[in-house]
Amino acid sequence: MALRAGFTFVKLNSLRQASRLLSTHTRPDVCQNGGISEFPGAKAPYVNEIKFLNENSYDPIPIYRVMDSNGRVIDSREEPNIDKEILINMYKNMIQLNQMDKILYESQRQGRISFYMTNYGEEGIHMGSAAALSPRDLVFAQYREVGVLLHRGITVSELVNQCYGNCEDPGKGRQMPVHYGSKQHNIVTISSPLATQLPQAVGAAYALKRMPNNDRCVICYFGEGAASEGDAHAAFNFAATLDCPIILMCRNNGYAISTPSCEQYKGDGIAARGPAFGLQTIRVDGTDTLGGYPEADTQSVKESRDTVVRAMQDAEKKKLPHWKEMLEDVYYDMPPQLQKQMKQMEKHLEKYSEHYPLNKYLNE
Amino acid sequence: MASLLTQKSLVIGKLTKYVNDCAKRLSSHFIYYPDNEKPISGETTKMNMMQAINNAMDITLRDDPTAVLFGEDVGFGGVFRCALGLQDKYGKDRVFNTPLCEQGIAGFGIGLATAGATAIAEIQFADYIFPAFDQLVNEAAKARYRSGGQFDCGALTVRAPCGAVGHGGLYHSQSPEAYFAHTPGLRVVVPRGPIAAKGLLLACIRERDPCIFLEPKILYRSATEEVPVDDYTLPLGKAQVLREGTSATLVSWGTQVHVLLEVAQLAEDQLGVTVDVIDLQSILPWDEETVCNSVKKTGRCLISHEAPLTCGFGAELAATVQEECFLHLEAPVCRVSGWDTPFPHVFEPFYLPDRWRCYEQLVKLLNY
Repeated sequence: MALRAGFTFVKLNSLRQASRLLSTHTRPDVCQNGGISEFPGAKAPYVNEIKFLNENSYDPIPIYRVMDSNGRVIDSREEPNIDKEILINMYKNMIQLNQMDKILYESQRQGRISFYMTNYGEEGIHMGSAAALSPRDLVFAQYREVGVLLHRGITVSELVNQCYGNCEDPGKGRQMPVHYGSKQHNIVTISSPLATQLPQAVGAAYALKRMPNNDRCVICYFGEGAASEGDAHAAFNFAATLDCPIILMCRNNGYAISTPSCEQYKGDGIAARGPAFGLQTIRVDGTDTLGGYPEADTQSVKESRDTVVRAMQDAEKKKLPHWKEMLEDVYYDMPPQLQKQMKQMEKHLEKYSEHYPLNKYLNE
Repeated sequence: MASLLTQKSLVIGKLTKYVNDCAKRLSSHFIYYPDNEKPISGETTKMNMMQAINNAMDITLRDDPTAVLFGEDVGFGGVFRCALGLQDKYGKDRVFNTPLCEQGIAGFGIGLATAGATAIAEIQFADYIFPAFDQLVNEAAKARYRSGGQFDCGALTVRAPCGAVGHGGLYHSQSPEAYFAHTPGLRVVVPRGPIAAKGLLLACIRERDPCIFLEPKILYRSATEEVPVDDYTLPLGKAQVLREGTSATLVSWGTQVHVLLEVAQLAEDQLGVTVDVIDLQSILPWDEETVCNSVKKTGRCLISHEAPLTCGFGAELAATVQEECFLHLEAPVCRVSGWDTPFPHVFEPFYLPDRWRCYEQLVKLLNY
């Protein structure tokens, strides 16, 4: 049951090349006497009657699902063939993620890490979309897609190290917690500003498309709140006009911080914008994943919890990166101004070292 | 289960120590120096900066029927609670959530102001103001100029929390005042505490030019003062001399003012010298007269800000000071600022121009 969203995205993958998935069933009445005018994605007839269209002019975009609310497959022909082993692994990762969220969220409240963002209720959609793709496909995430990272094989320990910003964090402690990224796993490092990743993902998809014998695509995750940003609309438009191999995946959980979706947009959701931009669009059921948890194998829960606790114990023992890392990577080569500033700080620390928490940082 | 319990107790055992360490790590880098002088006489109430800003907006909504307040999550008070209770008091048509879109918020505010309303727009973090940069720099700032004075959007005030907070990292710590200071037509204002925040925000709201009001977020709760409950404004474009002395002029704005006040005290205690400490308050247009008169008196000038050194607003101050005070200067103008890097999360103690970096530079300046 918890895997519902996962199944749907496997389906999406197989349909990626398929023709238009959604079309409007109710169309305005057309007088067939005035000819047509061509738009890039439609041939529009001329009419002699004033008629305004609104969200009620079209059928709502249906919600695709494989399983019913009790986790039973509704139509066996729609059930994707996934190895039992993979399914179990997906399920374990969901439990792992849930336990990690619980512990790290609490640890943020205790002041052990400075920030945390949970993935509650959205675990299923992470696993499903990640499983549908190849590990070589490029991921542009927001900050609530940790399941995708786990599915790609990033360990809890690596994630926890990032949250602590210690010397094992590939981001070198520069970003707040949950801003993960892994070149090796084709996951572009997350940044805090919302929706900035969308047009970037489209650009990356275009680059992949131009590579000889390309078999890779891009997936970009965002929330329904981020979809209000100008960047989101730019991305939809670029993806369509430049015909890019990308999945733009909106996670609509109903709220952006405190703002309910009814104050975020009107009409038939973010999905309805897809066809308007000329994008293949599908709406899938990505909710109700927690329904499966009461039945979760208690042994796996315990193991998952142990994994997180161990990772935290290890992460806390590790030093923070050397303070000089603060000045690295701004440019490929450190410009003279920054070299000068590094020397200034070095001299300052020689004299005033007792005022700085140097013992928490690596010293060479 | 047994092993889990052992591990749990291990974790709890380490917790106390770690929380103490964390408290140290996340502790603020400055001591707050409250204002003791009241801009007006009359009743006062203890307010933190969040409450003082809330109070200024409350007064505006009460007295100006055209005034509206909006932004992301503003309906429930905003993520820093500055608009707390105002939607209940003034209704959803005056205090409301917008979609998550900063360029939309800025453009919408310009439109409101163009059509005669008073617009108070909140950008959730100053770090997220950049999608609105086009609207603010190309539209708000130039509306009066390009229309020959026919139109303006002076009734727009954009509020945004800025500055270091201990754990904000790249995107919850920036101080973008210098970007906007390069834009003729805008006013840029940064308060140092509750009394200043209320008076300056009310001045910005009523000012006939569009204003960017950057609120150092670490002061929202940590800064408390006895704030006059009545309506008052503080003049825009005017600096305040907070401490007077003879040996040097220390200039800053926002949180960093408090760092410099501490450095001034250190200098007096350790070196027996007194210095002027000036809070610039208005970054654009700025109070050249107050700063230059002080430097002419002291002969030495130290400017400090959290934002990076290169093209920080300190560069503009330093250039003007050397131009206006050249023959009075006993030493080159000195700048102490954030390094020329993005704002780094775990390195914040090394990034900030803290009391020790400022003090060291002041000693050098005095011994030049």
